[in-house]
Amino acid sequence: MKITKQVVEKHGLNPEEFSTIKKLLKREPNLLELGIFSAMWNEHCSYKSSRKHLKNLPTRGKQVIQGPGENAGVVDIGDNDAIVFKIESHNHPSYIEPYQGAATGVGGILRDVFTMGARPIALLNSIHFGSPEHFKTKNLLNGVVSGIGGYGNCIGIPTVAGETKFNSTYNENILVNAMAIGHAKKDKIFYSKAKGLNKSVVYVGSKTGRDGIHGASMASAEFDENTDEKKPTVQVGDPFTEKLLMEACLELMKDNSIISIQDMGAAGLTSSSVEMASKGELGIELNLEMVPCREDKMTPYEMMLSESQERMLIILEEGKEKNAKKIFDKWDLDFVIIGKTTDTNKLVLKFNNIIEGDIPISALASKAPIYDRKWIKKKLPKKKVDLKKLKKIKFEDALLKILSSANHSNKSWITEQYDQMVMCDTVKKSGADAAIIRIHNKDKAIATSVDSSANYCKAYPFSGGKQIVCENWRNLISVGAKPIAVTNCLNFGNPENPEVMGEFAECIQGIKESCEFLNFPVVSGNVSFYNGTNKKNINPTPVIGGIGLINKLIEPIDHQFKNDKSVIILIGKTFGHLEQSVFLEEIYDNKEGLPPEVNLTNEKNNGECVLELINNSLVKSIHDISSGGLAVALAEMAMGTDYGVKINKPKNLTNLFKYFFGEDQSRYILEIEKNKLEKVEKILKKNNIFYENIGTTQKKYFEIQGEFKSDIKELYKINNQWYNNFNGFTY
Amino acid sequence: MNSSVIVFPGSNCDRDVAVALEKLQFKNQMVWHKETKLPKSDLIVIPGGFSYGDYLRSGAIAGKSLIVSEVIKAADSGRLVLGICNGFQVLTETGLLKGALLRNNNLKFINRDINIKVLNNNSKFSGNYKKNQILKMNIAHNEGNYFTNQEHLKELIDENLIAFKYCSKDGDVNEDSNPNGSLQNIAGIFNSKKNILGMMPHPERMIDNLISNTDGINLFTSLLK
Repeated sequence: MKITKQVVEKHGLNPEEFSTIKKLLKREPNLLELGIFSAMWNEHCSYKSSRKHLKNLPTRGKQVIQGPGENAGVVDIGDNDAIVFKIESHNHPSYIEPYQGAATGVGGILRDVFTMGARPIALLNSIHFGSPEHFKTKNLLNGVVSGIGGYGNCIGIPTVAGETKFNSTYNENILVNAMAIGHAKKDKIFYSKAKGLNKSVVYVGSKTGRDGIHGASMASAEFDENTDEKKPTVQVGDPFTEKLLMEACLELMKDNSIISIQDMGAAGLTSSSVEMASKGELGIELNLEMVPCREDKMTPYEMMLSESQERMLIILEEGKEKNAKKIFDKWDLDFVIIGKTTDTNKLVLKFNNIIEGDIPISALASKAPIYDRKWIKKKLPKKKVDLKKLKKIKFEDALLKILSSANHSNKSWITEQYDQMVMCDTVKKSGADAAIIRIHNKDKAIATSVDSSANYCKAYPFSGGKQIVCENWRNLISVGAKPIAVTNCLNFGNPENPEVMGEFAECIQGIKESCEFLNFPVVSGNVSFYNGTNKKNINPTPVIGGIGLINKLIEPIDHQFKNDKSVIILIGKTFGHLEQSVFLEEIYDNKEGLPPEVNLTNEKNNGECVLELINNSLVKSIHDISSGGLAVALAEMAMGTDYGVKINKPKNLTNLFKYFFGEDQSRYILEIEKNKLEKVEKILKKNNIFYENIGTTQKKYFEIQGEFKSDIKELYKINNQWYNNFNGFTY
Repeated sequence: MNSSVIVFPGSNCDRDVAVALEKLQFKNQMVWHKETKLPKSDLIVIPGGFSYGDYLRSGAIAGKSLIVSEVIKAADSGRLVLGICNGFQVLTETGLLKGALLRNNNLKFINRDINIKVLNNNSKFSGNYKKNQILKMNIAHNEGNYFTNQEHLKELIDENLIAFKYCSKDGDVNEDSNPNGSLQNIAGIFNSKKNILGMMPHPERMIDNLISNTDGINLFTSLLK
């Protein structure tokens, strides 16, 4: 095939990039080589637009064993235990084929974790859909949820937490981010860096088919009216085979056979072999006729670019091949030596002894283009929302409308479709501020949560970026965990648009600032650009997945009220920031103004003091205040329990709605038993923490003095009816 | 007491049930599906999971595997066999238990804490429970909707072979407390000799107050008597 302008364009490479390729090769590439460049140089694999900004993120810390750049991040949790975790997007495939897209998203992130020698112990997800009324939403939602469940349930890893959000910004481009967490021994972590010459390169797992060819390039382009034609590029997941592959890999990892191991994710055999060789500063030679194929007459081009799932590439120590093969035979998986490491620093591809491709590794990796894309600062709104101009509403109507909304209704109809308990170490699951997963056979546990605030990030990317890190930190604190590190999934629009690039740059600045201040480093992550359709970009949606440690798990804590007549303490200052709040969005469809600003000093002090109170067993239940403000947080603590609240009308109240629905940051609600109040106040005062005593718990009723009184069963009912109404929609 | 847990490719509650058995003083062994001989065991457990991916029909392929023919022989000779979740599905596929597990009537996977009532405590598996005791257990399945023919249903009722029924917190057995559409709210059944129990809820998930409760413990300790 002649390499014409059209062929180059079809591979997602621009003319400048093509001429760079010619310079690097000192000749024209053939089609196979062009395909390989296309796979390695696309946004998804090369991070060419984001790299410059990602460098600013803090990635080191006392507990960090491995930061970004490997399959997943690794942190130390003591006693030779390590936690391996990462989040990744599968947005584009999930929009085209929701079930398989979401399922393979889960499969892919699990491989990233067990590749490093960790047994996966938990899955999380952050999924964003268009408005519930949009004609595609129902199908996409049901498909994605079944896909996530279908994969996780079958492989037997509990799905323990997540978030589901609706916003018209995702009407034509949904987001599906999956996160996996694994547990490894600190001295038994496996990396992708190749070492040594003439070592066997082994292909294990499923056979290669024609599915997913050019998947990574697809994920690096915007959607348009021809999106449906892209269906064949979506991979098909097989969780059963992944379970076998996981068990086989973990079995092989028990001895010292593996030099390096890499899963075949985006851009399949190409990216895995280049990655290994590039990190090891070696060459690699593959005999493609050896590749196990699912279909007849597959060409080298198809083999190198296939994104068939559940496959791994392993470089083995000499003499270990026989024993390794035995393990994969036991699990009925393919095990074929398809090549060797060389000292040529080249990727050499042979098919029946004829050289079909020959590319310097550096051309594919270190010399891949890096762009310093133009970006502009967000213009900030000067005007404040004038509350006096808004139509009057009753407190009761506002609270009930929010509790029954798509975004704030109870999501157990989703989480019940996931096995949350398999492996029998799930201490707290979805619904809690963060999930708690016990380390098997130990009395310590990790806490984990995923969070995003796309509305905040859209209004002011810098403060939005700052806020999500803090919110995540707060969620971990709220279950009594000491936050350790995060992974992030950065979902943005088209980076060639300076406004989008500006959102990206500023969000990263915000994330950096919080992570640095809170000593909460970023150890892994993923960037997903080109989320948009026909030039309409999604709201910037960075998602943060955090991990915290509970050193001794004695009495796990959550957000549900436990007793009658407890004292309710509100920690942190309430200013009544309503701009960008759920209240203004849900009740008035108003999206003006700036999001609330986080004061990092207060954030840190409040959080650390709350942790001290929890560690001293002084807190009965606790909830952080996030979207929806004080009123929604209190309702969430009451719904599903036998206890409500009696909240005193605050003195100096200027505006009821500002007080109860304002989204000021760094705040927590604590339920304190009366006999412990004195001790609690002493600790709060010692630490100079601002707090208010706002009321007490009571049986049966949720009450704001003089304003509102409702049976909590009624609130619970309202909070749980959204999905049934949604299901009843007819289109 | 010696126990064996059968491990199929795709089993994923095998470790969980092994942990429970060992915690409750069983001497347990894991048995790989390609084995052709069972170790000496008083109890054989077929665990939950997705044996062979459940791609054909839940439990269908596992029901034909090498080790299962040994399990059938052992069961016929009166050895105790417990099938949990996918294990229950496998047992119906082998014919050791009659009936079938259809898709949940809402057509969705369900993972939830539910209540079940002990209908028959006169068995090796349930002796430590009280009759009509209400237990809180966890279910996690796509195909847990038990169905059988009228003749067999009559046999189940007449011979008191229904082990557990789904019920409400207060013990009401009705449509509202039926999570998956099972015939007569059936959650678990015995064979006629009561040496085989198949159940959809997971007792191995209910042995630890830190993560759930301890309502599953008595099922295992009953066997130790």
